[in-house]
Amino acid sequence: MALKIVKGSIDRMFDKNLQDLVRGIRNHKEDEAKYISTCIDEIKQELKQDNIAVKANAVCKLTYLQMLGYDVSWAAFNIVEVMSSSKFTYKRIGYLAASQCFHEGTDVIMLTTNQIRKDLSSPHQYDTGVALTGLSCFVTPDLARDLANDIMTLMSHTKPYIRKKAVLIMYKVFLKYPESLRPAFPRLKEKLEDPDPGVQSAAVNVICELARRNPKNYLSLAPLFFKLMTSSTNNWVLIKIIKLFGALTPLEPRLGKKLIEPLTNLIHSTSAMSLLYECVNTVIAVLISLSSGMPNHSASIQLCVQKLRILIEDSDQNLKYLGLLAMSKILKTHPKSVQSHKDLILQCLDDKDESIRLRALDLLYGMVSKKNLMEIVKKLMLHVDKAEGTTYRDELLTKIIDICSQSNYQYITNFEWYISILVELTRLEGTRHGHLIASQMLDVAIRVKAIRGFAVAQMATLLDNAHLLTGNTQRNGICEVLYAAAWICGEFSEHLEDPMQTLEAMLRPKVATLPGHIQAVYVQNAAKLFATVLRKHEGETDSHAAQETSQLLIDRLPLFVQSANLEVQERASCILQLVKYIQKLQQKKVEVAEEVTALFAGELNPVAPKAQKKVPVPEGLDLDAWINKPPSESESEDEKPKAVFAKEEPKHSRSRHTEVDEKELARRREARKREQANNPFYIKASPSSQKVYDAPGVEHIPVVQIDLSVPLKVPGMPMSDQYLKLEEERRQKEKAERKKEKKKKREKRGKERKADSGPESEEDIAPAHQVDIVTEEMPENALPSDDDDKDPNDPHKALDIDLDKYPTVHWFPVQKSSKHKKKKQKKEKEEKEKKKKKRHHHHHHHSNAGGEDSVQNGTVEEEEPLPPMSNYFLLAENSYIKMVYDIQGNHQDESKVVVSVIFENKSDSFLKSMEFNVLDSLNSKLQRPEGAGAHDSLTVPFQLPPGISNEAHFVFSVQSIVMPQKLKGTLTFIVKSDESSTHEKLDFKLHFTCTSYLITTPCYLYDAYAKLLESGDLKGSSLRLEGINMPFHHLLARICFHHHFSVVERIDSCASMYSRSIQGHHVCLLVKTSDQTVSIDAKCDEPSLLGNVLDEIKQTFSKC
Amino acid sequence: REREREREREREFIMIFTFSCNLKMQFMLLFSRQGKLRLQKWYVPLSDKEKKKITRELVQTVLARKPKMCSFLEWRDLKIVYKRYASLYFCCAIEDQDNELITLEIIHRYVELLDKYFGSVCELDIIFNFEKAYFILDEFLLGGEAQETSKKNVLKAIEQADLLQEVSNHILWQCSKNLSDLLGNHIATPQ
Repeated sequence: MALKIVKGSIDRMFDKNLQDLVRGIRNHKEDEAKYISTCIDEIKQELKQDNIAVKANAVCKLTYLQMLGYDVSWAAFNIVEVMSSSKFTYKRIGYLAASQCFHEGTDVIMLTTNQIRKDLSSPHQYDTGVALTGLSCFVTPDLARDLANDIMTLMSHTKPYIRKKAVLIMYKVFLKYPESLRPAFPRLKEKLEDPDPGVQSAAVNVICELARRNPKNYLSLAPLFFKLMTSSTNNWVLIKIIKLFGALTPLEPRLGKKLIEPLTNLIHSTSAMSLLYECVNTVIAVLISLSSGMPNHSASIQLCVQKLRILIEDSDQNLKYLGLLAMSKILKTHPKSVQSHKDLILQCLDDKDESIRLRALDLLYGMVSKKNLMEIVKKLMLHVDKAEGTTYRDELLTKIIDICSQSNYQYITNFEWYISILVELTRLEGTRHGHLIASQMLDVAIRVKAIRGFAVAQMATLLDNAHLLTGNTQRNGICEVLYAAAWICGEFSEHLEDPMQTLEAMLRPKVATLPGHIQAVYVQNAAKLFATVLRKHEGETDSHAAQETSQLLIDRLPLFVQSANLEVQERASCILQLVKYIQKLQQKKVEVAEEVTALFAGELNPVAPKAQKKVPVPEGLDLDAWINKPPSESESEDEKPKAVFAKEEPKHSRSRHTEVDEKELARRREARKREQANNPFYIKASPSSQKVYDAPGVEHIPVVQIDLSVPLKVPGMPMSDQYLKLEEERRQKEKAERKKEKKKKREKRGKERKADSGPESEEDIAPAHQVDIVTEEMPENALPSDDDDKDPNDPHKALDIDLDKYPTVHWFPVQKSSKHKKKKQKKEKEEKEKKKKKRHHHHHHHSNAGGEDSVQNGTVEEEEPLPPMSNYFLLAENSYIKMVYDIQGNHQDESKVVVSVIFENKSDSFLKSMEFNVLDSLNSKLQRPEGAGAHDSLTVPFQLPPGISNEAHFVFSVQSIVMPQKLKGTLTFIVKSDESSTHEKLDFKLHFTCTSYLITTPCYLYDAYAKLLESGDLKGSSLRLEGINMPFHHLLARICFHHHFSVVERIDSCASMYSRSIQGHHVCLLVKTSDQTVSIDAKCDEPSLLGNVLDEIKQTFSKC
Repeated sequence: REREREREREREFIMIFTFSCNLKMQFMLLFSRQGKLRLQKWYVPLSDKEKKKITRELVQTVLARKPKMCSFLEWRDLKIVYKRYASLYFCCAIEDQDNELITLEIIHRYVELLDKYFGSVCELDIIFNFEKAYFILDEFLLGGEAQETSKKNVLKAIEQADLLQEVSNHILWQCSKNLSDLLGNHIATPQ
């Protein structure tokens, strides 16, 4: 044996340690993989040895290799071995390795449960600490279930070091094993008042994290947190609570109102940027949730915006970025306040940091209005020109389109302008977003009827200059716009000035180099154009032109018939045959135009993107059912059909919409021509100016394509700019006209009112074109609302446990939970039966169904929010000061209660030297510092500036707690104003109710509760309250809140409650309600205490 | 000196103040300028494959950023906060609602801790003592939450645990020394 050990330690001397391994890897840069594989072989040898030190060393090296990306899952069992070592050195390494390498799929985790449990209960705090740390990384649902209790116990460990870790890890346990939340929660809540600030902060952290995911279940904690907030002098706890309140406010708007003030104060005062940022964020969140019905917070918003402006103006890139980020949150609800900082945002577009520019872009999206859209887009277009790097330029492009198209083109007043912007964007080389521009072109042309004429002209130009867009077709996404251009020209060809020219452009040989789906559209729309041309020439005596067109198609289409693309080929051959047939007819002088046109007749309507989803499933149709028998496995493995037609999204449905409002159209055209005539920069779309290719019939003459470098650009000024100018002029004119009208009116009225010269409001801006945006179609009887798609995989969903809902079937064995159920009905039925037998009688016959009822009942009622409650009662008040107080039992000491008094300075003067004194009775005494006399007063440890309130705590010792008691006392203080200071005094009476000796003690074990009741040690008493008309859960909440009870179990309108006095008396209540009557049966081991508590409960309810 | 101490206290206060706003870190990565991973800590369960993918993507993204750019970026549905210290990048992922500035401060605090522990830390310290770097991180953050805001407490816990380790190491060392003495005897007196 000895020799074996000796051998082991010799081996150890020759082993590589971690440092050697790292050094080795660094020295083998060229053949790292090879070196590491030899190392892994060595490690495998080392792991085979019995010596734990060797093993630990090997595991340590493995951990390092794991980080480098090598698979070490094979060593999982060895890691467990090292974890189990009794030596801290190895244990530490083992747990580290486990926390790095283990995950939920690691099967050896199952073996660790007992070892971890042992370590958790180890007497050495660092063993426990290491186990907790490791567990936080690899906790699985099984581990969470098995160890939840152990960790819960550790939450009350004597060492704060352990408590802190245990509290934090509880959150992970909750996530993995949600059932543990309910039993652990009371203790977690307790930790909010832990003496160690670290533990306290951990508890606040966990509760905040829980509340953030499922805030509604933590609403009832609001009073507790408010109390913490008023009593805590610990500022950082305070802030956390504020954050929690931020999550709660959307559910309880009243909280928000209270929060705004302290938060704005902090924003004013703090110098820490992170804190400022957090506060601003919370204020924004609160204000967003309050935005309805809260008109008075523009000041807070202004403050936030101001502070954010400072952040954005800061030279620190980080602050700038965050400022913009937060600004975009404000923008959603208060766009006006952000819009005034447009200058700043536009400046950020010039920032050298791309991420800041993108943020600024995001903001711009929300800042546009009808008034400034053109201006902002013009700025963005400038940036597009300047932008280096395609990613940012593409981002700009999408943003421009987003900005313009948002909320159904709400801000566009001039669609001609928009089309020209889109056309300008096609000049971007190498953009990925050709399809985006294309879909916008299609959308606008389809939905804005008035613009079709203009759009078609623009698209025809695009088609004519297609060679510019198709420099490198394979990589150039911009050629996608040709898809839209071809389709628009074909579909709305009646607007074309020269369809023949466009037709010619669409049939150029170069088209064959375009992607297949675009060629297909070309071919199809060439047919549409053909129909238009035919119709145009119908009735002419000379049918030469029409026949020439047919010939053109017959000459050119064979190129497409040969296409490798099925779609193109099919369409081309189809149309080719059609044209050939038409040609025959033409030669026979048959009128064909009508019939050819009919091929493409029909109006096209846009369909809403969600329309398909909204079609209701017809009754009796089961889409999941097999229509035929399912094919065998092997067949289904067949290759998927290729999506040949996938790209053809907009249906090429034939449309020849005849009901165009011709009059309207003519009017528009007329107006536009006038505008154009006034504009020296506008190049008229007369055929002569743009024609590069000659009339049809001369196509046999070889035409050299002239590569115009800037064919779409009008000299001097990009096209869209002229609209900006026009728009300005138009607005000027309108303004002037309005003024004139006003003047007239004024003259008529003869009144001397001043002209309103303020800036134009949004509504004043009339769109240049009376556009009619066609709304998207929805199926008939569409399903009304969108599904609220919450992620079903969200791990936090499981933690959506209503902690106030009293434990029901789910938590307790069923037969127990229904013990008291249906008491009400029973009572009605068995009215005649002897009353004293009641309680025991009902223990026997119950079904399970009732328990489930109670669950439903409970959830329904929870919907109503609880009214705000306060335990603070008025102590005394005069013109200077107001005192409210609350008395709480002390958990640790059975003879002490703590009186919390909030002093509020109501005057305009400074209050200082406050002294608090109480006349002690035999039973109750104020605790004074050692050495002080029995009648000395206590100095209140703070001074009060005007309008400020603060809280002080006084400890009283009590002997008997069965009777309520009143103590007389006096507060003396000095009122100091600028001129004078006076001595003032205020008398008060402290009322120690019996309730104040009760401590909320959750009693989760119904068993124990039932035993207690049956033990016979308790004396009974009862109380009836009439005319109570509040929901039952409000009633219970009131009893819980004001009288420090907790609900043990609730079924229907019956609940059992429990509390304990500081001296250990048990108080049990059975509360039942029917109609407006509440009856409370109570039991307690001290009858006089019980009597007094019941009296106090009665008083509470008589007040409301 | 008095003023310095006061400033230190003030900073400490602000730190405590700001840590308070809760932080839920998803993971922390340390990597070198060459893209070599030096430390990784995951606070969310992910498969090794996923982790590797994320690491690769993030290292690429962060290294590609220009030095003057801000420390935050949006990545998938997370926010990435990173900062470069000498040749090392510290990179954390937080959730949407978390505070970026606090995360930056956490990173800084961790660097300070490393610095205190190793004494002007450099990348090599972390390479050769990577387990120590992990131990410090584990004392500082637990499950993605800052568990200890006081630098002193973190270092105290580490030092005490180290002490424990050294004691047991020492015992071991003694053991093996005795054994090798024994062995020496064996060799010295062949039988």
